[in-house]
Amino acid sequence: MSPLKISWKSVWSKPLSSALNIMLIAFGTGILTILLLASTQISDKLENNSKDIDLVVGAKGSPLQLILSSIYYIDFPTGNIPLKEAQELARSPFVKKAVPLALGDNYNGVRIVGTDSNFVGIYKLKVKEGKFWQNDFETTIGTSVAENLKLKIGDTFYGAHGLTGSTDVHKTHAYKVAGILAPQENVTDNLILTNISSVWKMHDHEEEKAHNHDEKSESSEIENKEITSLLIQYRSPMSVVMFPRMVNESTNMQAASPAQESTRLFSLIGVGVDTLQWFAVLIMFIAAISVFVNLYNSLKERSYDLAIMRTLGASRGKLFLIVIAEGIMLTLAGTIIGIVLGHFALQFIGSNQESSQARLSGLIFLGEEAYLFVAGLAIGIFAAIIPAVQAYRSNISKILSKN
Amino acid sequence: MIALNAVSHNYQNGHKIGFKDWQVDDGSQWLLLGASGSGKTTLLHILTGILKPQQGSVVIDGTSIYDLSSKDLDQFRGRNIGIIFQRPHLIKSLTIKENLVMAQSFANLPTDLNRVKEVLTSLGIADKKNAYPSELSHGQLQRVSIARAVINRPTLLIADEPTSSLDDKNAAAVLELLIDQSGINQATLIVATHDKRVKDTFTNTYELS
Repeated sequence: MSPLKISWKSVWSKPLSSALNIMLIAFGTGILTILLLASTQISDKLENNSKDIDLVVGAKGSPLQLILSSIYYIDFPTGNIPLKEAQELARSPFVKKAVPLALGDNYNGVRIVGTDSNFVGIYKLKVKEGKFWQNDFETTIGTSVAENLKLKIGDTFYGAHGLTGSTDVHKTHAYKVAGILAPQENVTDNLILTNISSVWKMHDHEEEKAHNHDEKSESSEIENKEITSLLIQYRSPMSVVMFPRMVNESTNMQAASPAQESTRLFSLIGVGVDTLQWFAVLIMFIAAISVFVNLYNSLKERSYDLAIMRTLGASRGKLFLIVIAEGIMLTLAGTIIGIVLGHFALQFIGSNQESSQARLSGLIFLGEEAYLFVAGLAIGIFAAIIPAVQAYRSNISKILSKN
Repeated sequence: MIALNAVSHNYQNGHKIGFKDWQVDDGSQWLLLGASGSGKTTLLHILTGILKPQQGSVVIDGTSIYDLSSKDLDQFRGRNIGIIFQRPHLIKSLTIKENLVMAQSFANLPTDLNRVKEVLTSLGIADKKNAYPSELSHGQLQRVSIARAVINRPTLLIADEPTSSLDDKNAAAVLELLIDQSGINQATLIVATHDKRVKDTFTNTYELS
C-alpha cells in the first residue's frame, strides 16, 4: 500500500468535500480555458483575414464598421462609393493592388461578393474543384459554404437582397456554382464570390432590359456605377503615411486600416476578457483556499491517524507525501476536468453561433494549456504545503498521549 | 532483550521524572503498573521510540534506538515493535485488510496477504477483512488493533491500558488474546495498566512509584 494509495482512499472517503473542491477548481480552469482558446482564436482570425490588406477605402462613416463589413463580412457596409473615383485611387502610384468589392446580396445568410481577379491574388485563393468565376452569374464558393449549404458544381441558386434575410429574392437571374475553393482557414471559406457586373445586373435588371443590353458604352456604365469598397495593398511603406490622409482629405471617401481597427476592436473585447480572467483567477484562488481549509480541518481530525501511521513505521517524509499528494490529486483532477469542460463548452458555444465567419472551435488544443496544468499543480502544492509541513513536524508523543 | 539504562525525562513544565533500570528477557511477559500521572505513558513512549528521553538509553535487541536517525527509528519501530492503544484506532478510509497491508508497507515489508489472513483468522475476525472500521463493534476493533500490532511479527508487543474501557469478561478475553498472540509470534509482551484485574495473570511486574 503506497502513500499515494492512502491519499487516494482518503480523497474518496470524503466524496462531498472532495467533489466541492474539484468543482471549484474545474470551474476556474474551465473559464480560463475558454478565455484562452477564444481569445487566441479570435485574434488569429482577425489577423488571418486582414493579413495582406493594408487599407480599406469606402463610404464615409465608422471606420470600424467599414473594416467589419469589408474584411470580416460581419457588419453592414457604410454605403457605396462611385466606381470612377475608386478606379482613380486604384491607379495611384501608392497602390500595388486594389480589389473592388460589391456587397449587398446573400444566399441563406452567406454573403455574395462581387469582385475581380485581384481578390484571388490578395487572398492567395486556390480552387479545390471547378474553376474561378469568369462570366456573369458564375460563382466560386468557399469550402464551408459548399459543405453547409450542400452546393455542388453546376448547382444554381437565387440570391436574396440584403445581408441576412431571404425574403426579397432576385428571381430574374440564377447564380451557378462554377468552382469550390480549397480551405483557406479565413473568411473566404464562408463567401460566395462572383464578378461585379453580376451584382450590378442583379439590381439593375429592369434598367438593363429597357436598354436591351447593347447600347450602353463601357464608359457611361462606369459613370453611374457604384461599388461598396476597395481593398488596397500598398506599394511601399511610404504609402502608410501619405495615402490614407490623401483619401480622407481630398475625396468624399474614407480610408480605414484593418490593423488599426482590429487592434482597437480587440482592445475593446480585451477589457471583457481581462475582467473574466480576473474572475477566473479569483475562483481559482477561492478553490485553493477551500482545498487548504479542507486539508487543514481533516488534518486536525487525522492527526491521530497520522501519529498511528508513524508508530507503524511511516517516516515524516511519507506523511508529508500523503498530505501533499491529497492536495495535488484534488487540484489536478479539477484542472483536467476544467480543461475538458472548457473545450466542450467552447465547442457548444461555437455550434450555436449565428455568424459562421467567427465560429469558435473547442477541438483546437494550445500549448498554453500546459500552463493551466502547472497552475493546477501549483495551487495543489500551495494549498497542501502548510498542512503537509504540520504533518511532518507533528509531535506524535503529544498527540498519542492526549487521547 | 530490552534494556532501559538510567533513563530520565523532563516535562515541559520543568517536572523531572526518572525511571529505574529495567531488563526484559526475550519472550517474557511483563506488567507495567502505575497510577494515572505516574509517567506510564511517558515510559511507554520512550520504550517505543516515540519520545526521546533527555538522559539514558534504550536498547532493543542490541540496537540503541535513540542513536538511529528519525527515519531509521520509524522503520525500526514499524518492524520490531507492535503497539496496542487503549482505544483501537484504525484508518477509517481503509478496509481492515488495507489497514493491515498498510502496516506491512510502512515497515517496508512486502505485502503478504497470507499473513494478513493468518493473523485475522487467529483472532477470529477473518470474515471482516473487507469491512471498514465503522462497520465493526468496539470489541472487534480491539482485535483488529491487536492484529495490526502483530502483523509484522514484532519482537516487542506493547499494550497501553488495553482493558481499562472493557467489562470484566471482555477484559479477560483481550488479555488472553494478547498473551496468546505474544506466544504465537514469540514476542516479548509489556502491558501497561492501572487495572487491578490484570495483576494476577503476570508474574513479572515493573512498578512506577
